[in-house]
Amino acid sequence: MSDKFEPVIIGFTCNWCSYRAADMAGTARMKYAPNVRLIRLMCSGRLDPTFVLKAFADGADGVLVSGCHPGDCHYVEQNYKMLRRFHLLIRLLKQMGIEPERIKLVWASAAEGAIFADEINKFVEQVRALGPLNWGASKNGSEKVMVQETATEVPA
Amino acid sequence: MTTNGKPKFAMYWAASCGGCEISVLNTNEKILDVDANFDVVFWPVAMDAKYKDVEAMEDKSILLTLFNGGIRNDENEHIAKLLRQKSQILVAFGSCASEGCVPALANLSNVKEIVDTAYTTISTDNPNGIRPQPNYTVPEGELHIPTLYPTLRTLDQVVDVDYYMPGCPPESQQISAVLDLVIQVIQGKAQLPPKGAVIGAGVSTVCDECKRKRNEKSIKEFKRIQEIMLDPEICILEQGVICSGPATRSGCGALCPTAGAPCIGCYGPAENTLDYGSRLLSAVASVIDSNDPKEIDKILDGIPDPAGMFYRFNLAGSLLKASKPAWDK
Repeated sequence: MSDKFEPVIIGFTCNWCSYRAADMAGTARMKYAPNVRLIRLMCSGRLDPTFVLKAFADGADGVLVSGCHPGDCHYVEQNYKMLRRFHLLIRLLKQMGIEPERIKLVWASAAEGAIFADEINKFVEQVRALGPLNWGASKNGSEKVMVQETATEVPA
Repeated sequence: MTTNGKPKFAMYWAASCGGCEISVLNTNEKILDVDANFDVVFWPVAMDAKYKDVEAMEDKSILLTLFNGGIRNDENEHIAKLLRQKSQILVAFGSCASEGCVPALANLSNVKEIVDTAYTTISTDNPNGIRPQPNYTVPEGELHIPTLYPTLRTLDQVVDVDYYMPGCPPESQQISAVLDLVIQVIQGKAQLPPKGAVIGAGVSTVCDECKRKRNEKSIKEFKRIQEIMLDPEICILEQGVICSGPATRSGCGALCPTAGAPCIGCYGPAENTLDYGSRLLSAVASVIDSNDPKEIDKILDGIPDPAGMFYRFNLAGSLLKASKPAWDK
């Protein structure tokens, strides 16, 4: 066991392309970082942004979102809807203090096992470099803070 | 303390604006029913009462407490815990107590930024840079003012809550209906809803109550309300102005869209919505009329403040609750 920080990453894949890419990587015995826990959705368009926020809120350090290449969606254009939501979600996460580097969008077809594995490796290193997010462990502000460090005399 | 046999009623405001109280008074003659059926024991806005009077009451001696406002400082928390202890039914009344409301937008900043904004910005006349001190000694003794917490929390993040009543403020007719129900329960003519229920609101969305015409939505440009003459008949979101109707709980009768303004989401998340902001974000982003990442980004520039837009009433009650700089030391 090394002391290296091992990020927890939740990966959302679609049933038709990116999950099969992961499958492909597995059957071809490609090695890639074990940090990503994959969750299979029927389509990347099924990815409610709530899932991403819940992952972060419950302690994930990064979220990987993956779907069919643009134009290849099994449900015609739902991956475009995910693309639009993804762009808006990144802006929201930035305001909440979550670095945009903690979330990644990867297009992967069923044949692209190697690309998928490679992207996961790159993403895990990217999140590792950022360090833990610790959202799940935060007390979310239940502890008291002093209003101001230095006292000032109130003139009469 | 009167002992006239009537059930006791309390109402308290924590971090809130006082609009909830005004909404209660807006029930007009219904307020007389409150007086006829309840012994009002504690209501700082309407009558004089001291915290020590409440502290002296027996546990569970107040039948109904309407608690509005979020938990921003230690005084809020103390009274929330006290009223929980003394009340049989504790209602998170209004948006602040239920989900944080506008005061919770301060959860995007840390306490230092909040205090600096309040005490040093250009609109403040404070040449000596005076800051509030939690403790201060004067010849007469020690003075205390409430200490701020890093973030604002909802009532149910601090104490157990029996019912939630959404709205900023709750509509007066909804308050009347709830008061009627409680009075009927006292008289043995009705039963209370199950614990944890949202009362005084619908189960659907504002869109469901909105009379505007809806077509296929596809948005090339987001506009602010001052930049457009809204068509009075057509769905507001369709016209490029963000309307919170798709994610917001019904109960207001779609007041704002009917009056020509977009819904701003004050009735909180619709039934079974885990996170209001992401639900609304999802609805808004998916109707953008572009498949090109660059163009999508350009269109999204029309939403300059997504967190403020999508969590205007809901940040403290959302999944993330506060921005990282607010809670991270």
